[in-house]
Amino acid sequence: MALSRDQMAIRVARELQDGYYVNLGIGIPTLVANFIPNGMQVMLQSENGLLGMGSFPSEANVDADMINAGKQTVTAVSGSSIFSSAESFAMIRGGHVDLTVLGAFEVDVSGNIASWMIPNKLIKGMGGAMDLVAGADNIIVTMTHASKNGDSKLLDVCSLPLTGKGCIKKVLTDLAWLEIENDAFVLKERAPGVTVEEIQAKTQGRLIVPEHVPEMVF
Amino acid sequence: MAGFDKVVTTYEDALSGLKDGMTVIAGGFGLCGIPENLISEIKRLQTKNLTIVSNNCGVDGFGLGILLEDKQVSKMVSSYVGENALFEKQLLNGELDVELTPQGTLAEKMRAGGAGIPAFYTATGVGTPVAEGKDTRFFNGREYLLEEAITGDFAIVKGWKADRYGNVIYRHTAQNFNPMAATAGKITVVEVEELVEVGELDPAHIHTPGIYVDRVIVGTFEKRIENRTTSK
Repeated sequence: MALSRDQMAIRVARELQDGYYVNLGIGIPTLVANFIPNGMQVMLQSENGLLGMGSFPSEANVDADMINAGKQTVTAVSGSSIFSSAESFAMIRGGHVDLTVLGAFEVDVSGNIASWMIPNKLIKGMGGAMDLVAGADNIIVTMTHASKNGDSKLLDVCSLPLTGKGCIKKVLTDLAWLEIENDAFVLKERAPGVTVEEIQAKTQGRLIVPEHVPEMVF
Repeated sequence: MAGFDKVVTTYEDALSGLKDGMTVIAGGFGLCGIPENLISEIKRLQTKNLTIVSNNCGVDGFGLGILLEDKQVSKMVSSYVGENALFEKQLLNGELDVELTPQGTLAEKMRAGGAGIPAFYTATGVGTPVAEGKDTRFFNGREYLLEEAITGDFAIVKGWKADRYGNVIYRHTAQNFNPMAATAGKITVVEVEELVEVGELDPAHIHTPGIYVDRVIVGTFEKRIENRTTSK
């Protein structure tokens, strides 16, 4: 079975470490915040200028001046800090954020990522995604393995305009955990019940399959 | 007005000198921390052919979105311009030009503009459409793009509290692009919720020192929420 959105978030959360500063993108990455292991301290960075993002506020505590990068009303945790956009992107660009999790349309074997622009469709803009992928060393991309039409999103060469070049090393899809090494996707883990053959069939880019590919356990 | 007193009492005075074809840098992220009343005054003035530098362009009927209604904006420099149907229409009609700029690069362009740095190198955007036509250079084996600073004829800024000398503090995440915008305007206008006595703000906690600020005006704000999310 392909992973659910929550299972994808749970798998990403296993990469968290105590004391990490983490930036979570919109969509599945945001769900990771729900699965931070008990007893582990993680600070969430929101690129509009908040380090230490908390949960959504109660109705009584909604504050128009307190939002996250998705423009949602949020709270700040004890020990948080708030700063300007320039300061926020100094943290990101300067490589101070320990882990960045974001979605994508395509990733290729060179670590290129396309996530913001589909030609001839409406272009809304890249927001902070280009800064995030250029600045972070440790990035996890979360996306479905193939489109609804069955087209692979793991390619030899991205077909869409890039968000960043050569910056992705880890990809979690609904079918597999893969790492990019030596111009290939290396299949590290399979979703429960998903065969290597299915993953091979849905991966257009060069795929290396080690002798033993463990199943994820939930 | 005398000495360092920057306070003006009418929005007409706050934007005195704004002319067709000018570049206006605006603070705000989404609808958070936007200079609502200064934007409304630009609409009232019907200034045309403006270049607006702002992370976003408001929404239909609020924020910078209202300047699209009478086609006052000819160019937007932004990182994200979703959430606005009129924007989309004018873009597709060719009535509006947009220069999409990565969010961190946009913040740094404003910061550099205000700090007298004409351009800077960044890895953001290398190998992407953003890099087209820009110089690149390798430092320590990595490729970087040369990005030019931005300055504006006007900067419009939303603060929380200010004193008469133009020292400003921002409230929570309504800070966002406002401090950089404040440094990058030839004329910087700050509208605030509250005017306090000189000396009341802790000097070490000032976000924007008054040297950057030309005019201060007190306004009342709707503070519309774009995406109200609550916990049960």
